[in-house]
Amino acid sequence: MDTSMLLVVGLLMTAIAYIAGRGRSISVASGVGGVKNLNSLPFYYGALTALWCGIPSFLLLAIWAIFDDYFISQIVVQELPEHVKNMSESELGLLMNTVVNTAQNSSLGLSSEPHILQAAERLRGLEQTNQMAMTVAFISAGIIMMMATWLRIKSNMPARVHVEHAFKWLLLGSACVAIFTTVGIVLSVLFESLRFFQSVPVTDFLFGLQWSPQMAIRADQVGGSGAFGAVPLFAGTMLISMIAMLIAVPTGLMAAIYLAEYAHPKVRSTIKPVLEVLAGVPTVVYGFFAALTVAPVLRDTGSLIGLDVSSESALAAGLVMGVMIIPFVSSLSDDVITAVPQSLRDGSFGLGATHSETIKKVVIPAALPGIVGGVLLAVSRAIGETMIVVMAAGLAAHLTMNPLESVTTVTVQIVKTLVGDQEFNSPKTLSAFALGLMLFTVTLVLNFIALQVVKKYREQYE
Amino acid sequence: MNKSSQNVTLEKVNQSLARRYRAEKRFRAYGIGAILFGITCLVVLFTDIIGKGHSAFFQTHVYLEVTMDSDTLYIDDPTDPQQIAGADYLAVVRASLSERFPDVSGRRDKRALYALISNGADFELRKKLEADPQLLGKTFGVWFLVDDDVDTYFKSRSDDGEGGFDGRLNEKQITWVESLINEGVMESRFNTTFFTSGDSREPEQAGIKGAIMGSLFTLLVTIALSFPIGVAAAVYLEEYAPRNRFTEFIEININNLAAVPSIIFGLLGLSIFIGFFEMHRSIPLVGGLVLTLMTLPTIIISSRAALKAVPPSIRDAAYGLGASKMQVVVHHVIPLAMPGMLTGAIIGLAQALGETAPLLMIGMVAFVVDIPGGITDPATALPVQIFLWSDSPERAFVERTSAAIMVLLVFLISMNTLAIWLRKRLERRW
Repeated sequence: MDTSMLLVVGLLMTAIAYIAGRGRSISVASGVGGVKNLNSLPFYYGALTALWCGIPSFLLLAIWAIFDDYFISQIVVQELPEHVKNMSESELGLLMNTVVNTAQNSSLGLSSEPHILQAAERLRGLEQTNQMAMTVAFISAGIIMMMATWLRIKSNMPARVHVEHAFKWLLLGSACVAIFTTVGIVLSVLFESLRFFQSVPVTDFLFGLQWSPQMAIRADQVGGSGAFGAVPLFAGTMLISMIAMLIAVPTGLMAAIYLAEYAHPKVRSTIKPVLEVLAGVPTVVYGFFAALTVAPVLRDTGSLIGLDVSSESALAAGLVMGVMIIPFVSSLSDDVITAVPQSLRDGSFGLGATHSETIKKVVIPAALPGIVGGVLLAVSRAIGETMIVVMAAGLAAHLTMNPLESVTTVTVQIVKTLVGDQEFNSPKTLSAFALGLMLFTVTLVLNFIALQVVKKYREQYE
Repeated sequence: MNKSSQNVTLEKVNQSLARRYRAEKRFRAYGIGAILFGITCLVVLFTDIIGKGHSAFFQTHVYLEVTMDSDTLYIDDPTDPQQIAGADYLAVVRASLSERFPDVSGRRDKRALYALISNGADFELRKKLEADPQLLGKTFGVWFLVDDDVDTYFKSRSDDGEGGFDGRLNEKQITWVESLINEGVMESRFNTTFFTSGDSREPEQAGIKGAIMGSLFTLLVTIALSFPIGVAAAVYLEEYAPRNRFTEFIEININNLAAVPSIIFGLLGLSIFIGFFEMHRSIPLVGGLVLTLMTLPTIIISSRAALKAVPPSIRDAAYGLGASKMQVVVHHVIPLAMPGMLTGAIIGLAQALGETAPLLMIGMVAFVVDIPGGITDPATALPVQIFLWSDSPERAFVERTSAAIMVLLVFLISMNTLAIWLRKRLERRW
């Protein structure tokens, strides 16, 4: 049976275990004077049996499925002839690939060398045995555990306590997925980055002014030498984010102020969702809009007034990104502005200030930490935004602060490096992970500061 | 304070009043301006997309009489499926075109003539013959898809034949097309291909069904994993977790993950799921796993808000009747919080549906013609399909990209409307 079939069988087994355990508890109960004399309700005995049957057998299946490939390929490698075994690791890997492909589809005729055919035959045999063994082990583990629990069911067994413990651990495990995700992100970008920094010094990466990741594959090839100075990428990212923030912060903030302070509740309740639609539009749509509508318009307007605007200008990407971030800034600012206590406003009005003076002199200063936190979150959004810049910004790394020229960003380079054909383990591929590490670190720091600021501010008025 | 100085102050205030009121009005105008700017952007965006994309829902067809001549097709045994599958249907189409324009001669002109019809025409004929072998030897009329250049020309010309966008069409081709139009055998019909086929290099044969199925399978994986895990995590944090360092650490992690750029999740998927666990590239299973991790914080945060909204009195009442902790949570708190949690889950899923960047990282950008049939078939997703098409130079792909965007937006809007409706309908105020 293949693994997906085993999953179905396992679920079936668990269901049977539930019914068996529940039935057993009822029959035990009839000996002691009915269900009311059981320690727990019959449901808990069923659930306990199902847990004891399901969890160990599924764990066994998972561990088995993770490690079996490794052991099987080790056995096959051990049985290869001596001269093959002494090959380098990458050659051996290639050879094993051929063996695996031959084993899966012998009619391909990938190789006619006897040791490969032999190994493929052996691999096929081992895989069949392994699958059989896995099926038997999985089902028997489930049945044995089910029987053992079934036999242990007594009228005074505290099944509910056990089940509730298991339930709590299950919930805790789910909550820990967030930790595992963070750890996974850190490990995945860190390890590959470390390998990247083995071939390119950290200082060259952080302070180099030249980015041209194209490496010569062979020594005699004409082509780039590969320069990994990320400063142009950081500058491009900053430029586009800055344009975006110049659009988003004033517009978002003013919109939030108007909605929170002036607008009639009815107007507010219609306008707010309309603005939030902007946040719900997928970024790929903004990218399309930026590349096919905004960029040509900017280029044509530029040539009308005698300006040379690149068709992949930073301005187009930045403008559209700014529009995307408006609702983000406005809803965060709206929250903090409405959190400012009414007494502050009343005090200001009482001294004769106009509404706008109250807002400028009292409400905004009071809400400032929260607004700053929101803006920081928006900046981290802008830095990490990918699709708009991939579609509307350029590829070539120019070190410029001119918004009419084409610049490239960190996220664009990550996408361009990892999409399509990759040279495995080359510094070019690994550089994407180093850029990812930078991106993750910067956004993490920004988020952390922003969340702390917002939290502090909230405590102040609560 | 004497009278005159009071007057001076009053005068000063009165003098400045006009200025201050002007400032007040200006400030208000800025606010209205900001809102108008946002709404204008939204309107421009939607009209631009709809303006570009609405024409893709129609596709130009041309009516041709074809003769299923067994000699032209090289079929001598109509009962042999292999012969039917391998027959030369293109020759039939070409013969029909040559018959229609008998004065076209020369290799180059003939090729230009044949290029007017989509090169998928032979598949259409094959399907017809496979469905009904009786058609062999008969003459009948078929509405064929035209090539995308002809389609663009037909759509952009006015009724009297002016202002058509020629694109790659040459003078002769335009004359032929005009004569077909004058004859009335060319017409625009609803573009069913767009909804029933997978990706193609030929715009007139390209459809979004493959991408929609890919998105569907990806979302199925996402919802099957992220909703239970998200709810469980939220229940733990709201109902069980002790106030300690560890709980705080989990909370910080969740809040930070909610703001991590989506592309980072793509890197995680690439190196953990594909690199370490050796799953295949381009499959919805991996896409769903990555999107699960990405939407989890959203679902946890909204589920916690829903759990918080359940008043403590409900819990106390249940405890008072002797319920255990798990019974309180499972029988009372979760059912009451379910509408809020579902709303959060739908909003998270809508986010996942529109997400592109992480899917690019795990290779769901491959050119996939076949419509995926499960979570382990290579697939792309709807937003990725939009990204792929937007790179294509053909003008006909621009309208298809916009149309795909319209479909995506329809999905997103209906999901969000469903979420709002659910909240309004089922939410209870305490």
